[in-house]
Amino acid sequence: MTLTAADVDRIIALLDASHFDRLSLEIGDLKLDLARSGAAPAAPKPVPVAMPEPVVVPPPAAPVVREAGLIEAKSPLLGIYYRAPRPGEPPFVEVGARVEPESIIGIIEVMKLMNTARAGVSGEVVEIVARNGELVEHGEVLLLVRPDR
Amino acid sequence: MARCCCSCGRIADAVGIGRLFIANRGEIAVRIIRTCRALGIETVLGVSEADRGSLGAQMADRVLCLGPAQPSLSYLRVETVVQAALGSSCDAIHPGYGFLSERADLARLCEAEGVIFIGPTADQIEAVGDKLRARAAAVEAGVPVIPGGAAASSEEARALAEIIGVPILVKAAGGGGGRGMKLVETAEDLGAIMDMASAEAEAAFGDARVYLERYVATGRHIEVQVLGDGAGRVVHLGERDCSVQRRYQKLIEETPAPHLPAATRAAMHEAAVRFAARLSYRGAGTVEFLYDTPRDAFYFLEMNARIQVEHPVTEAVTGIDLIAEQIAIAEGQRLRFTQAEVACEGAAIECRINAEDPERDFAPSPGIVAAVRWPSGDGVRVDSHIVDGARIPPFYDSMIAKVIAHGPSRAAALARLRTALGETRIEGVATNLAFQQTVLADPDFATGGVDTGFLGRFLEAAKVAG
Repeated sequence: MTLTAADVDRIIALLDASHFDRLSLEIGDLKLDLARSGAAPAAPKPVPVAMPEPVVVPPPAAPVVREAGLIEAKSPLLGIYYRAPRPGEPPFVEVGARVEPESIIGIIEVMKLMNTARAGVSGEVVEIVARNGELVEHGEVLLLVRPDR
Repeated sequence: MARCCCSCGRIADAVGIGRLFIANRGEIAVRIIRTCRALGIETVLGVSEADRGSLGAQMADRVLCLGPAQPSLSYLRVETVVQAALGSSCDAIHPGYGFLSERADLARLCEAEGVIFIGPTADQIEAVGDKLRARAAAVEAGVPVIPGGAAASSEEARALAEIIGVPILVKAAGGGGGRGMKLVETAEDLGAIMDMASAEAEAAFGDARVYLERYVATGRHIEVQVLGDGAGRVVHLGERDCSVQRRYQKLIEETPAPHLPAATRAAMHEAAVRFAARLSYRGAGTVEFLYDTPRDAFYFLEMNARIQVEHPVTEAVTGIDLIAEQIAIAEGQRLRFTQAEVACEGAAIECRINAEDPERDFAPSPGIVAAVRWPSGDGVRVDSHIVDGARIPPFYDSMIAKVIAHGPSRAAALARLRTALGETRIEGVATNLAFQQTVLADPDFATGGVDTGFLGRFLEAAKVAG
């Protein structure tokens, strides 16, 4: 199954005329994600780790581009931010590391439930903003990424 | 619990609350912050993305975003709320009303994590949240209940219906506040309606149990405010008449209840105290009664284990800050006054202002409030989070303000309330302000003592006249 540009235009028009902010369409292998400008993107969706059942976590607000062209990777939910999978282990990412949208950049703990935070962008980590072991709120900046050109 | 050696009123292991997490929004968040400021308590407000710019967020010492606008992703997340309180070093959580206020799992998680829950114990929330258990507790406390009872099968229901007679209300054990009720007008319909009610209750509350009660057609909704210290001592702070309701949603509340025989009033107060004392109830709570006017009889409906929307009318006549008392009780202090020290002066009436359009069958009208002017003056109080430019998101309750008037008499309070509403201006969104003014101008309301059918008849008459 393929979608032509005209099909996509029609689907966009459908979303535009609706009161929804997002549309996710999956037909077989084909996946189409549409979001109104200002609405959070449907991906990346943080996937919980080390948990008995998946917790549906809404995606973080859309990455905001700073003046310097850096992108903020934000926490998808309120919780305690951990840079490493376990105490004593190396952090998921360091300054200078390359990340892809699906790269894990930290763990957000909510009452002993561990959720993963992902970069949501491709590029190089420029700064780790959030402090290990401290509370971050929903949408708080975890790190800054210089996106690929 | 050990009493302190002196007579300071504190329990020896009482703990002072220095920082409080508010797990709510809107006017009640603002209301709680005001009392905290007066008490020198720091506040941390949990907000959704839609409420980052709210008045409460501007007033709180710290704001933490819990999640997206949808309540299920922010305000209703028990773990997130407790994590936010722990992570911001709060000593206690105030749940306000609605949202998580009557969730035993929140109270229980607080108990486990050593955070003070400002409210009753988890067990007490469960005891009153299950309407069948609450009904049984009322019977044990010698509090009158509406003739009826549990029915596990349609055979049992038929037998019970023969005793209590139709019309009958089928109520969900997990319901309350007008939710999960069905009216049976003829005995033949009982089986079918019970099955439907049970299936709906299962879907809505995760609890299929239903029970039957005789339907009292012309009743008044009268509730008694109580405070308990958790050790069996309970005082009441008088009653509130909340009979002006549209589809079980209260619109106007007042105290004292007009034209209630003195003996009945006293009996209601005593019944509420008995009920709460039997549970060793802790904190502020409200025992709701249905008052059958022609029979001058009252029946237990349910207990609300939280602060009520309409608490300001009680504060107006008693001069007691109920939020401050909730905090003191949560800190482990004993009740700070005796029953004899509670005096009710004058009368107070509260009018709820909702962002809903009476012209469109009271449909919610979210949007941005372009400009607002709230009233002031002797005896007038406004509890609101709405200021110029405030957003009314579509995700939450439509109530935007409560205007409360207090006066030496009911007539004086009503006159002040009418003047106050006349001074109120809300631009940018449709509200029920003008509608509320017409209700307050109604001669039956002015006389006082209307029943819960009053507003329905008022609306019908308006439709015919319009």
